[in-house]
Amino acid sequence: MKDLFRGELVRLTSEEPEFRARQEVLWQNDTEFHRLADGDPAEMYSTKKIQGWLEKAVEDSFGPERYSFSIRTLEGDKLIGFLGLWCNLIHSEVWVGIGIGDRAYWGKGYGTDAMKLCVQYAFMELGVQRVSLGLHAYNPRALRAYEKAGFRLEGRTRQDLAREGKRYDSLWMGILRHEWLQMQNGDKA
Amino acid sequence: MEKTMFDIATQLFDGQDIRFGPIDFEKDPEVESKWTHNAEFMRLFEFDPARPISAAIVKKQYEKLEKQIEENRNLFHFMIRAKADDRLIGKAMIIRIEWSNSNCVLRLGIGAPEDRRKGYGTQALRMLLRFAFAELNLFRVTANVPEYNAGALALFRKFGFTEEVRRRQALDRDGRRWDLLVFGLLKDEWLNQASA
Repeated sequence: MKDLFRGELVRLTSEEPEFRARQEVLWQNDTEFHRLADGDPAEMYSTKKIQGWLEKAVEDSFGPERYSFSIRTLEGDKLIGFLGLWCNLIHSEVWVGIGIGDRAYWGKGYGTDAMKLCVQYAFMELGVQRVSLGLHAYNPRALRAYEKAGFRLEGRTRQDLAREGKRYDSLWMGILRHEWLQMQNGDKA
Repeated sequence: MEKTMFDIATQLFDGQDIRFGPIDFEKDPEVESKWTHNAEFMRLFEFDPARPISAAIVKKQYEKLEKQIEENRNLFHFMIRAKADDRLIGKAMIIRIEWSNSNCVLRLGIGAPEDRRKGYGTQALRMLLRFAFAELNLFRVTANVPEYNAGALALFRKFGFTEEVRRRQALDRDGRRWDLLVFGLLKDEWLNQASA
């Protein structure tokens, strides 16, 4: 069987909330990162507060609806980001959120690799019919990464987001189970 | 639409045949409990599985909702009542407001089958849009509609909403998968129509 947690550049791991909180508190200084990853206003939270959320996420992750990973490089075993899956069991759909907080690893295929693992996990381990995500129109790097992982653009909510006095669209993407399976067969051929 | 829509003195919660009102904890739980015993209503209004809910539980849900409104300050909830007999006929909501992005999601439901197709939904949506754009001063509103909800599709298209996203096969019902459509309307678009 495949190693679900190991890609070509990264692996998905658990994390001690205390260690990850110390990284996230540094990442939140990078407001460009925040604006790429999130639609809410940038905020400054204490290590203690972030650690509390991460501990709560660990507790919740024993339920069947919530899955949370840290992203670590294969080379050097460095914590560079996080991945969260929210599973809707009724409609067999997973929503994904990903962030590469360490900007030294942007644009080099680490996010794409982690997203490929994420989609594989959703279809092969959670067994869902569909994986969904949203992103901001001003984040073309993420768009390319998600396309490489097999997502298709399904539309844009117009002028959804306000940043720096301008309005931007939100983009919405999805990949269906049969599309992903087809991709895997294509890769083998 | 009437020009008086933009008058300070024109009532926000008073329509032609309907009005918006608060929850009536004495009378409403019975009525809403009855709606939930109709699976069709539940499937049109909710994405969660349909299930009959007792009046006592509906009452608890109302309490939870009012607490949520008070604490989160990012949603508004109105009961839709028929003016003729003050009867509860539906619910109208503005949820998931993002104040910094000035956007929100709308929800609207007419409970009993005999109250549908009578123009109540149209009147309620007109009032809800005015509340969103002219009272909350939001920039855009979003509505999520399953492809099988023909009534809602027609209603949002009538009000000039744009079909922006088709989330393919996002819902599972009756042993098959259905698309979920995302509609959007911007303040300018609403203003142009409302004053036309």
